[in-house]
Amino acid sequence: MIDVLTAVLGAAALALAAWCGFAAYRDQPTKDWHFIGMAVVSLLAIVQLVIGVVRLSQGDDPEQGVAIFIAYLIGSALAVPIAAFMSLAERTRWGSATVAAAAVVLAVLEVRLYDIWGGVGG
Amino acid sequence: MAESAERERTGLGQGPGRLLVMLYGVFTVAAASRSIYQLIAQYDEAPLAYILSAVSAVVYAFITVSLVRGGEGARKAAMVCCGAELLGVLTVGTWTLVDPSAFPDQTVWSDYGMGYLFIPIFLPVTGLMWLRGSRREG
Repeated sequence: MIDVLTAVLGAAALALAAWCGFAAYRDQPTKDWHFIGMAVVSLLAIVQLVIGVVRLSQGDDPEQGVAIFIAYLIGSALAVPIAAFMSLAERTRWGSATVAAAAVVLAVLEVRLYDIWGGVGG
Repeated sequence: MAESAERERTGLGQGPGRLLVMLYGVFTVAAASRSIYQLIAQYDEAPLAYILSAVSAVVYAFITVSLVRGGEGARKAAMVCCGAELLGVLTVGTWTLVDPSAFPDQTVWSDYGMGYLFIPIFLPVTGLMWLRGSRREG
């Protein structure tokens, strides 16, 4: 379950990065639709955080340690919301570029999370 | 909270600067959490690597704050730190290649930041270019 969600979230993050990167390329600030996209990705990350914590409380043990796992979960949940607020303050193409960069960071975090949890079967 | 102060000063953290603030913020968190965890949990394995990670975290944090605060003093301080950061990446990067045994564990700056998509070596260069350019506007 958590592996599937990690994969979905990674793909969603890359899609968001491409979308906002395209907006930056076209010299446009983030629009309402972008914020809806950010909200969806953020929601997925929060769901992942909750599921991760529940799994830990049920006694599951991430391969590379609980502390690192939780740190990455929190980082994933915060990355896009923080960038969203920054793009609210920056109504230029650079606001869009900031969100795109944060989404790439999120995708990288998801790849690491997959490894930390222990790959297949989790 | 920082918004009102930011507007009055020269906008180091605006426009392209906003992207730099975000990236420096990410690297502050990454380097800081990594070094804190490693210094606590496994200090004996590779003290040098972990202390260097902690130093890089401080440098990243300082640049992030300078960019957000803005102003000529912060700009100069951030330029010095970007220079130190570049020097750090080049030194540690070369060091890890020449003498890997000194670094049993990775740092943010190992192999010129390869484990972090080489962003650690691009970031100070971009930062220096941005800080140089923003003097003319201010």
